[in-house]
Amino acid sequence: MNIKALLSATAVASVAFTGAAIARDQIQIAGSSTVLPYSSIVAEAFGENTDFPTPVVESGGSSAGLKKFCDGVGENTIDIANSSRPIREGEIKACADAGVTDIIEVRIGYDGIVFASDINGADFVFTPTDWYKALAAEVVVDGKLVPNTATTWNQVNDALPNQQIQAFVPGTKHGTREVFEEKVMMHGCEDSGALKAMVDGGMDKKDAAKKCLVLRTDGRSVDIDGDYTETLARLDANKAGIGVFGLAFYENNTDKLKVATMSGVTPSTETIASGEYPVSRPLFFYVKKAHIGVVPGLKEFAQFFVSDELAGPDGPLAQYGLVSDPELAKVQEAVAAETTLTH
Amino acid sequence: MTETATTYPSGKETGQAVRRKTSLLKTDALTRRRNAAETRFKIYGVVAILIGLFFLVALLYAIFSNGLTAFNQTFVSIPVTLDREAVEKAEASVVKTSGYNAMIDAALVAELDRAGIATDMRPADLRKMLSSGAAAQIRSFVLANPGRVGQTVTFDLLASSRVDGYLKGRVTREALVNDRNLDAAHLDLVDEMQTKGIVEKRFNMDFITGSDASDSRPEQAGIGVSMLGSLYMMLVVLFLSLPIGVAASIYLEEFAPKNRFTDLIEVNISNLAAVPSIVFGILGLAAFIQFAHLPQSAPIVGGLVLTLMTLPTIIISTRASLKAVPPSIRDAALGVGASKMQSVFHHVLPLAMPGILTGTIIGLAQALGETAPLLLIGMVGFIASNYPSGIASGFFDPNSAMPAQIYEWAKRADPAFYERAWGGIIVLLFFLMTMNIVAIILRRRFERRW
Repeated sequence: MNIKALLSATAVASVAFTGAAIARDQIQIAGSSTVLPYSSIVAEAFGENTDFPTPVVESGGSSAGLKKFCDGVGENTIDIANSSRPIREGEIKACADAGVTDIIEVRIGYDGIVFASDINGADFVFTPTDWYKALAAEVVVDGKLVPNTATTWNQVNDALPNQQIQAFVPGTKHGTREVFEEKVMMHGCEDSGALKAMVDGGMDKKDAAKKCLVLRTDGRSVDIDGDYTETLARLDANKAGIGVFGLAFYENNTDKLKVATMSGVTPSTETIASGEYPVSRPLFFYVKKAHIGVVPGLKEFAQFFVSDELAGPDGPLAQYGLVSDPELAKVQEAVAAETTLTH
Repeated sequence: MTETATTYPSGKETGQAVRRKTSLLKTDALTRRRNAAETRFKIYGVVAILIGLFFLVALLYAIFSNGLTAFNQTFVSIPVTLDREAVEKAEASVVKTSGYNAMIDAALVAELDRAGIATDMRPADLRKMLSSGAAAQIRSFVLANPGRVGQTVTFDLLASSRVDGYLKGRVTREALVNDRNLDAAHLDLVDEMQTKGIVEKRFNMDFITGSDASDSRPEQAGIGVSMLGSLYMMLVVLFLSLPIGVAASIYLEEFAPKNRFTDLIEVNISNLAAVPSIVFGILGLAAFIQFAHLPQSAPIVGGLVLTLMTLPTIIISTRASLKAVPPSIRDAALGVGASKMQSVFHHVLPLAMPGILTGTIIGLAQALGETAPLLLIGMVGFIASNYPSGIASGFFDPNSAMPAQIYEWAKRADPAFYERAWGGIIVLLFFLMTMNIVAIILRRRFERRW
């Protein structure tokens, strides 16, 4: 019977509704949960300031968003994908295979990644080296790779407090993880001389670089697959933990979190904009050019998003925690000209 | 007990003499053990119930203590002069709403001055006490009442989430030390404004009727639009799963031959009822969106997915209530010459109806609280921001659902959304309880016993 019910439901659905599928008049956006707040702030303002309906913004992660984006062209595919990392070659190819050939890349600004602990805990002054030494699965001792046995932060750096190593880092499905690996673990690996020691020890350069990014699995480093709210809940349960957050999330929870400095710089929109704070990344959204002129308001939305009033240093996005793009004027030009990715 | 006593004499002669002297009123060791076992069992039962009650009370306490505050909101009432020139200038700019901020600044300064509250804060900083949606509120008033331009109108503007949190005890002066959105100095002003009656906390209908708001203004977010989304989904579920489910059950129960094939179907229905709901979400994505090309994030798709999920529940409960109708009813109907179909539709079905309706309502209540399948068909995110413009738009335009909205709020960065998530749970619980009470009433009123 279940098959019958299923079939009849599908039949009812397809017969009754496919024919009746009406032209979509809202813009549909999906992707990175880091970009979601910015996207929704702009969407809300767009709905209030224009005659177009408020666009719909779904979350789900950069990769999931880009996958949906590359499903094809047409009414039931999304118009914009939010991403906290640049689109990959493979994704461009997948897009092209599905008929999505003209993609407009829009960089909206920069986002900082901060390291924060419980507000009542000790102060931390980190360098990438500390994180590498504390969290790498294997470290180099006397020229040999041995499993990491560090248990407290002062074992990796005397300047750090005598506190158990317990880190909550974003899971691998997050774009934030990629930045963490690249800007913290990799740099730490290089700065501490571990990479050089591995290569000198006869390892292939690529393998050595990969080894740098492997996190320990003995429970000292915990992958968080959920959102920052989950990381915050973990810190609440384990006061000795250190969590990895987005700057905007930290700025909304300054009463619970104490932020650590990285290489001596306190993260803020100013230090990230000036490039002093090392752990930051650009945020993007991608527009399907084929939908411009079909879905009402699409180009207007893209232009509205990067306008000085919104994405500029005094706009609501910067107020929320986005680091404004110093080259915003260039981005605006590119959007106006509908410049597509070349590959 | 008398019987137990009388059976004793059948025992051995030696023991009898002793036992005969025992009376019912005097318990022996065996009886004591049995009674003790019974008492223990009762205690286990009471403890089990107490544990259950404790968790229920703890849950309800958590929900209501965290969520009730969401129904109150802080408002700032200030007279705003809608200067014609300023309105025209604002309407000419790209972001029209931000053009209204200057009017709000002037109004705030004037109102503080009138109330005799001294401050050396910049007007733009003063405005941080208000929701960033305040400008939009004034603009939509101007658009709706162009005739009032040039006059001074008193607005009840939403206070920012931090100010609101302060009056609700969530935000303290110490908590604002590192905050960029509000300073402790603002809170001193808020205290003064409250004594002068400019700032006031009161019931917020917009939480129940309003639409979702972006991350920068949690104070404006409401559950109304996602409630409509849930309503449209439930309509789809009701009108698809009730007829399909009942027809399938009647056929299986009354007409279908009993053989291996129908047995197999029966086992499969029971299995389907236990399938995790996310599986239906994946199925819905593949069948309805990718294959049938229905729009994404639409309540129609959500309703179809939930229909698939609810069907087994409805079929199982319908079959149970059809089975509960005594065969004598069918026999009598057939005996006076009714056809099989007449006996079912005139006699069996009406008698089984209370059970069927109860099962349907419980199935609907289950579907109403379901989030997991909606994740996959795009109903979670910043979606419930447009009111549907009509019936068709209600089914086909993107919308969220109450549980999805709650999930979304619980994920957001600003702690003010957390309170709204709990508030949303209260609204959802209210709906679930209403549906369950209706189910109980139906059963009580129409149930027959044989």
